[in-house]
Amino acid sequence: MTKQDQIATTEHRIVGTRPVRPDGADKVTGKAVYGADFYLPGMLRGAILRSPHAHARIVSIDTRKAEALAGVKAVATNADFPRVEMDEIDAGEAGINVDRAAQMCLARDKVFYEGQPVVAVAATSPEIATAALDLIEVRYEVLPHVIEIADAMRSDAPVLHDDLDAKGPSNIAARLDSSTGDAEAALATADVVATGRYTTQAVHQGYIEPQACVASVSGDGQAQLWCSSQGAFMVRSVVAAITGMNLADLRVTPLEIGGGFGGKTTVYLEPVATILSKKSGRPVKMVLSRDEVFRSTGPGPGAEIDIRLGATKDGILTAAIVDMRYQVGAFPGAGAGAGVMHALGGYRIEHKRVTGCDVVSNMPSTHAYRAPSAPQAEFAVECAIDDIARQLGMDPIALREKNAVRAGDTSFSGTPHGQIAFMETLAAAKGHDHYSAPLGPNQGRGIAAGWWVNHGGESTAMISIAEDGTAVVATGNPDIGGSRASMAMMAAEVLQIPMVKVRPIVADTASIGFSMLTGGSRTTFATGKAVSEAAAEVVEILKARAAMIWGVDASRVEWRDGEAHCLADGRDEAPLGIKEIASKASKTGGPISVEKSVYPHDAMPTYAVHICDVELDPETGHVGVTRYTAIQDVGRAVHPSYVEGQAQGGAVQGIGWALNEAYTFNKEGRVDNAGFLDYRMPVASDLPMIDTLLVEIPHPTHPFGVKGVGEVPIVPPLAAVANAVSAAAGMRMFDLPMTPARIHAALNAAG
Amino acid sequence: MSKQHIRATVNGDAVDFLCEPTTSLLNALRDELRLTGSKEGCGSGDCGACSVMLDDKLVCSCLVLAPEIDGRRVETIEGLAQDGQLHPLQRKFLEHGALQCGFCTPGVLVAAKALLERNVDPTEEETRYWLAGNLCRCTGYDKIIRAVLDTAAELRQERLPA
Amino acid sequence: MSYHSPTSVDQAVELLASRDDARPMSGGTDLLVQMRSGRLKPGAIVDIKGIDRAVGSRAQDGGFVIGAATPCTELLDDAALCAAWPGVVEAANLIGSVQVRNRATIGGNLCNASPAADSVPALIAAGARAVVAGPQGERIVAVEDLLAGPGWTTLGKGEFVLEFILPVREPGSADAYLRSIPRTEMDIAVVGAGINLSCDASGTITAARVALGAVAPTALLVPDAGAALIGSKLDEAALTAMGEAAKAACRPIDDKRGTIDYRIAMSAVYARRAAVIAYNRSRETL
Repeated sequence: MTKQDQIATTEHRIVGTRPVRPDGADKVTGKAVYGADFYLPGMLRGAILRSPHAHARIVSIDTRKAEALAGVKAVATNADFPRVEMDEIDAGEAGINVDRAAQMCLARDKVFYEGQPVVAVAATSPEIATAALDLIEVRYEVLPHVIEIADAMRSDAPVLHDDLDAKGPSNIAARLDSSTGDAEAALATADVVATGRYTTQAVHQGYIEPQACVASVSGDGQAQLWCSSQGAFMVRSVVAAITGMNLADLRVTPLEIGGGFGGKTTVYLEPVATILSKKSGRPVKMVLSRDEVFRSTGPGPGAEIDIRLGATKDGILTAAIVDMRYQVGAFPGAGAGAGVMHALGGYRIEHKRVTGCDVVSNMPSTHAYRAPSAPQAEFAVECAIDDIARQLGMDPIALREKNAVRAGDTSFSGTPHGQIAFMETLAAAKGHDHYSAPLGPNQGRGIAAGWWVNHGGESTAMISIAEDGTAVVATGNPDIGGSRASMAMMAAEVLQIPMVKVRPIVADTASIGFSMLTGGSRTTFATGKAVSEAAAEVVEILKARAAMIWGVDASRVEWRDGEAHCLADGRDEAPLGIKEIASKASKTGGPISVEKSVYPHDAMPTYAVHICDVELDPETGHVGVTRYTAIQDVGRAVHPSYVEGQAQGGAVQGIGWALNEAYTFNKEGRVDNAGFLDYRMPVASDLPMIDTLLVEIPHPTHPFGVKGVGEVPIVPPLAAVANAVSAAAGMRMFDLPMTPARIHAALNAAG
Repeated sequence: MSKQHIRATVNGDAVDFLCEPTTSLLNALRDELRLTGSKEGCGSGDCGACSVMLDDKLVCSCLVLAPEIDGRRVETIEGLAQDGQLHPLQRKFLEHGALQCGFCTPGVLVAAKALLERNVDPTEEETRYWLAGNLCRCTGYDKIIRAVLDTAAELRQERLPA
Repeated sequence: MSYHSPTSVDQAVELLASRDDARPMSGGTDLLVQMRSGRLKPGAIVDIKGIDRAVGSRAQDGGFVIGAATPCTELLDDAALCAAWPGVVEAANLIGSVQVRNRATIGGNLCNASPAADSVPALIAAGARAVVAGPQGERIVAVEDLLAGPGWTTLGKGEFVLEFILPVREPGSADAYLRSIPRTEMDIAVVGAGINLSCDASGTITAARVALGAVAPTALLVPDAGAALIGSKLDEAALTAMGEAAKAACRPIDDKRGTIDYRIAMSAVYARRAAVIAYNRSRETL
């Protein structure tokens, strides 16, 4: 077995250790309550009738027979939603357009993809709800459909929406252009140029838990929702907007979330369940099937990317032209924006032009998927850099080191980069024993780098000290992969008490101040900052209470080893522990509790370099990953096991993206592989151990030096695997996924 | 449709419930018995989140009809810890951080226990193939495999004569 | 819908014959998925696992009888069966996951009639025959003759497959099955190849059957491919000729699991690789 390494910096008592997570026992015993595990008395079950067509006009909907079926308590269509303005809700990486979100819950005049919801039913059992769907008559006028990017951009393509493109009706939803210098001229004088058209397919986040919720609307207009999402406040915002409620009337309680990866930063079921509950007067539970998840929730977009990259013979990148087209699905979703930002943002290139556009087509509307839109763009760039290195006979890491951005360089936003750690991450990769290990026959090694901007965002934390000196830490961020642990650890570190004395919870929307959703790699960074600052204020209160007990000035109290120490001259007081202070709280001023809201804007980008070895069976085109190492700049790893887990999970999602995962559509534009059998995510036997090396260059202005870690690890694998396969095959692979059939065909075409 | 009356033993307890003939064992466990530790990730036997033991055999409970368990024994994740004591696998999963979201974890634990009952010294490759029917999207499997192999090592140690 | 668990062949036949939409169930790993997706709405399910003859494997007349509803993993517990028909057992144990194989059966794999069913090419190559029970009593049919097309068998109303008969094994005989899948587990075969051959003491092949999966509407027996091996010691020329015969027999489709070109090319590659395994195994039995 190989190792998990760490290049550590500062020392703490708790931060940087690996305690058992506070929510662990419930999660290994089956007690944890996820979206579908919640039940209420008198609860109905909802079901949804979906469009069988990829593109059609809804002519009529007749629900009378369904409503007459015994056990059916409510039927809903889009007409039950109050018509809303085209309001954007800021939900992090992908803003949510309320009107479009409503149409993805229940279609209005047209259906834009197979699987789009059309009618919803609530009944006394799932069987009756399903039976009722068969009684609903929807008449459609089927329209021509289009799926692929190139087809959707043709002048004679069926146009989905006539109001997207300012230049007149087309399927182009956005055009972006970012230029510096004269890229064409610089390319013409470059010593070497790498050229290619790279393609990737639409891929799903693949969270194992399908979306699920229970809605209960009271007669007075107040409502509650229990659901699995990446942000209860996001759910509240969108559901209230779609259903026309006051935000304070809707209380959203987050249940455990079974994976999201960006896919649960919007809602598909909750507004429907809410309307059904309102109409029936009873709680309504709705759960998606896996088939529905694939057909009706937002995957990550496919992309076509043309790149020309030029360099001098010394390996200085001088010019780049990148043009990207993102397949955003039925409505503008996760598009080229972040791709344009990220494509060349890791390198110093004097002359560059990056253009991008979002192309709508008749597939599910795309949504955020872990570092949304960056993996596609950086895949093309990192492959082209590999080609330059090969042309120059230069070590691919050395080439990147020559060109990598570093502190002081101008960032994409125009401000200079702070203490970014791309150079340190590259150096760590170059020094890793994997990089110099020998390869066997038919094996190839690829490396690729990647970066992600990371987000800050609003976070609230509340810390209450109980009478016995134990602490409750409440935040508004769902725990998607260990954040309760990191919050408790940071609080315990500041309070200087054992972690088992700190109990973290995820609060509902009525119990804590606003918190942006868990996404953008922001929670340990931003919410951790709120927790740290709240804990620091608690320490000040504890010192003041000790001062009061001792009758000294608060400035003469020091908090050390979880106890107040009296520094006042001539006083020889025994230290007061948190328990003693807390037990006297009622006599020293009352409850000890702090709520802290923060909105940091100083999130720093992080960098990753991945090394991938593959073995190719040249006769069949099969590729096996034989060794994989993820080297990542993490700022400070609060709980290294869960930081490593992020690097490993992101790497494997990227490996799946590179080798096998892709939406496929049939001639009618229907999803042809809406299940885990044919949407082929990696299984345990497909993989080696995923080694990690955490590079800890702390964030200079975060209390614990934390940087975002969750998203960047999915950026390098596409190119790392492609570069490895290309090395093994002796030819450049341009198209993902690199299935056995595709590799076999490429090898045969090359003779 | 008339409901069927099913009597079975679940985690050592005698249970009985009524269900439709088409109800899956998974739905019966969850909706009738409120044992919601077994999860539905796919409903088609492709993800393993609903893994349970049926008369000592590892199965996907979504691929068993509830009427089939009449008179038989079922063990679920809820039966893994005994008398409030975590099973060594549960303990090792926590120590290794072998779960992130935790949704696949019940199924993985049930499957891993079935492996170690057959083979207390599995290779990494055997472990990976045995668990190929349990999808995890968070961890990349690394820490899951380490936790299972580490548990196996501990169990072997315990079995050595003093 | 009703669920029935008969304990005798006669009861099962009566239930199956009583209505057009009755369906036999063994492991249920395909049936339940089809019911869940709404593709199939049977009026009655007749679970044949309660019938003694339908479950378990046993030696009979020098060969083997396998109950059609025997879970695939139980075949691994029969050491004599594994020694005599390793290809059949390994094919059955490539299906799905451990969880699935603890339920799935070769009877169900055959009657689900997927062109890509893993155990079917192995059974055809083995010369397996099926014991079919029905209103007219029992009949014995070659496995390849039960296949009609994707999702279709030649079983009549009220009929179900009760047992499989594997022939007597002579020294110098062995079988093997290999398949191409994009991942390492959990996939449906893109191409499957089953080989069963016998050789004499000198290593010369005296009999050979080659069957392919996922390259035509049903699994195929390819007599020309088998004939290409007979008389050889599995030299390159024989393997090439067999591969060419395999490719010539393919009539595949392009779909989400594979392309026509890839399937045709792989039929030869996997048939060759399986033949080498079967040949080496056969030499070990001499």
